[in-house]
Amino acid sequence: MVQVGLTHFLVISAILFSLGIFGIVTRKNAVMVLMGLELILNSANINFVAFSRYGNFGLNGQVVALFVIVLAAAEAAIALAIVLNIYKTFTTVNVDEIDKLKE
Amino acid sequence: MNIYDIVFYLFAAITLVSAFVVVTARNIVYSAFSLLFTFFGVAGLYVLLGADFIAVVQLMVYVGGILVLILFGVMLTNKITSIQIKTGTLQIVPAILGAALMAGVLIKIFAGTNWKSQLAQYPAQTTAYALGRVLLTDYVLIFELLGILLLIALIGAATIARKEEKAG
Repeated sequence: MVQVGLTHFLVISAILFSLGIFGIVTRKNAVMVLMGLELILNSANINFVAFSRYGNFGLNGQVVALFVIVLAAAEAAIALAIVLNIYKTFTTVNVDEIDKLKE
Repeated sequence: MNIYDIVFYLFAAITLVSAFVVVTARNIVYSAFSLLFTFFGVAGLYVLLGADFIAVVQLMVYVGGILVLILFGVMLTNKITSIQIKTGTLQIVPAILGAALMAGVLIKIFAGTNWKSQLAQYPAQTTAYALGRVLLTDYVLIFELLGILLLIALIGAATIARKEEKAG
């Protein structure tokens, strides 16, 4: 076995990213799509922190990862508010059945 | 194989297996709880990368905040009594092909590139002190803007999710 290095973390993040894409395109439920989105954001964050560790950039990568976490929190709050509103309007959250902006 | 490698493979396995359960489980509640272990595994990877502060933030914001929010979303948008909690899937085969192709290409690029790898010099105790200095010097504008953005998102989410009043 080779010593764990930068490539190992990048491969983990690549697989996580692909799983997130898979979740987004296959699931009907809007909340599941959100979960796939969180997986993708996490995989991007692993890349930021890994390059921060193995490239000589100081702490810049970690700071960007922190910003991504903040944006993910804001995005999750807004998206779930929208999902709740959609549920109130259409009584379903399946993204393939929602085809109107207004009743 | 030293202890670092063993711990890495442990956390990597936790992350990937639970992420796989997240996207394949038929029951959305299982997916949500599996997401907990994915976030935990990613936090472990951050610790291995020497990012202790990011790992704690990951646990507090993702596990403590976003996951609870998602669970609320699941509970509020499903009729628990009528067993409609399973979610449908569509386009499985093209999605598997596409995702596998994307994973293959990404892994080939990541593994094939000759990265100029040089271990960063991190402070011995904790990165929190250095992170705080960077946040309030180089990134102070983004830091303040993100604070405003969070406030706007909070107000916006409360406004959107609120029940409409009849007086209108």
